[in-house]
Formats: sequence, structure tokens, C-alpha cells
Amino acid sequence: MKAGVIVFPGSNCDRDLAVAFERAGAQVSMIWHKETELPSDLDMVAVPGGFSFGDYLRCGAIAAQSPITRSLIRHTERGGYALGVCNGFQVLTETGILPGALMRNANLKFICKPVGLKVETTDCDFLAGYSKGQELIVPVAHHDGNYQVTDEKLTQLRDEGRIAFTYTDNPNGSTGDIAGVISKNRRVLGMMPHPERCVDDVHGGTDGAAMFRSLVDSVVSA
Amino acid sequence: MKVRVDVMLKTGVLDPQGEAVRHALGNLGFSGVEGVRQGKVIELDLADGTSEEDVIKMCEKLLANTVIENYRIEVL
Repeated sequence: MKAGVIVFPGSNCDRDLAVAFERAGAQVSMIWHKETELPSDLDMVAVPGGFSFGDYLRCGAIAAQSPITRSLIRHTERGGYALGVCNGFQVLTETGILPGALMRNANLKFICKPVGLKVETTDCDFLAGYSKGQELIVPVAHHDGNYQVTDEKLTQLRDEGRIAFTYTDNPNGSTGDIAGVISKNRRVLGMMPHPERCVDDVHGGTDGAAMFRSLVDSVVSA
Repeated sequence: MKVRVDVMLKTGVLDPQGEAVRHALGNLGFSGVEGVRQGKVIELDLADGTSEEDVIKMCEKLLANTVIENYRIEVL
């Protein structure tokens, strides 16, 4: 599988994501945001965590207007895989690729700690390595992770089984305890917690590893 | 021409920063502050003749996130 990681000024989890994909067997290239087109042979594009463009205006808002992001939108419209973690999730909601918005944590604090997640669906190539209802420990590190959607959209996400993860103990005020959602075609996943920060024993946990492995396996076998 | 754009969270969206400001005002002894909503003011210096339609596009595409925010445009 060929994966690309987009690097914006202020991204800081780009190399961690690249390592997580490489370990799972993917061939990874880094893509600077000034590129106007993604390499055409990519199966998967990841948008990393960090503070793209200094979080100016709103988290992810400026990155969402970057030329490379227009190419990312076309990639997802063609049915390509995409993953947005933390600031990457904020970028994906700002582009409209994923629904909802991420606003300031309800307690106004920057939250940096391992949290409990519940796997809400496995009907997604990112999540096939887990079992439904499985509980994971994955670190969060964000100030703006409070996921907001309208009641109608929340109902729709639930009906379509598009909630990937919920928090077992909601740290940030997110609607419906939502920690991650998937796109309608189930090939784009956005989440606030950092699966790339728990793929090695030295991280203190490896609950994120199955996500990268199952995605790489599903693309290789396809 | 100068245009001012006010961006506010939509009614019904909890504004944690506004709430914190409300508490702080209470702590300062100001009683009766029943609600605080915090937003952004963006001033644009535009070439004369820029259409309102273009300013609306700027708001919709970038200046506001219309999932959670409303905007108001005022020509100064």
C-alpha cells in the first residue's frame, strides 16, 4: 500500500504517523503542503496532528484552503482512503469531507492524557482489526476536540453506523461522546485521539497498531 | 472600503469561553451577568467596488465555520 502524509507548517505528528504506517507495511511518502497535486498512485492520505498555520482563525481552517487539500478532496471523491488525526480531523471537518466541527474543550483546558475509547463499528477498513464494543486506551492531546454536530446529523451518523469511536469518559464535551467518525463511503476516518502514539511498547500501549495493520492488509489484499 | 465581519457561535451552541468570562465577571463582583457570548471581529480592507456577494463568499468559505458559527457583514 502506498500512503502519503501531508505536512503543513505547524504539523508535528507527521513523522509519527509515517512510522506507524511503515511498520504496518506501507510505503510512505511525505507531501509538503505547497505541492498542488498528490502523487497519483497513493491509496491512502493521512493528515497529521499538530497546529497547522498556528491554529489561526480556527484550528484547521487555513490548511483546509491549501492547494494540496483540494487535491485531497478529489482523492476522497475518487474513493481514496484518508485518515485525519487530531488537527488532521479538524482539517477534514473544515473541508466538509467529514461532518461536524471541533470547538474549544468544554472545560477550556488543553487535555493531554490517555483516554478510554469504545469501538462503535468495525464495518470500516480502518477498524476491521478490532471487535465491536472493544475498549482501547489511546492518548489525546488537544485544546479543541469538542465535537459538535446538529441533532439531525447525530441521528444520521448513528443510523448509518458512522461513529467510529466514543469516549468511555467524555473529556471534552463532545456531542454523543464522539471521538471519531467515518465518511459515508466508510473510507475516510477522522479522530481526535492519536492512534500513532500507541503502536510500540515504548509508547506504553499498542492499541493503535491494529488500525494501521488492518488498513494496510485490506488494501494489499484488495 | 472597509468591511467589518462579526462571527458569533450560533444560538444553542455552548460557548465555553463565554461561560468562563461570565464566571470571571461574577467573581469580580458584577452581579446579574446572565450570559456572555464571545465572538470574533474581522476587519477587511477591500478594493472599492468589491461586491457584497464576494464578501459573503469569503465568510462562507473561510471566515466563519457555518456548522457552528453565524456571521454578520457591515460596510463601514
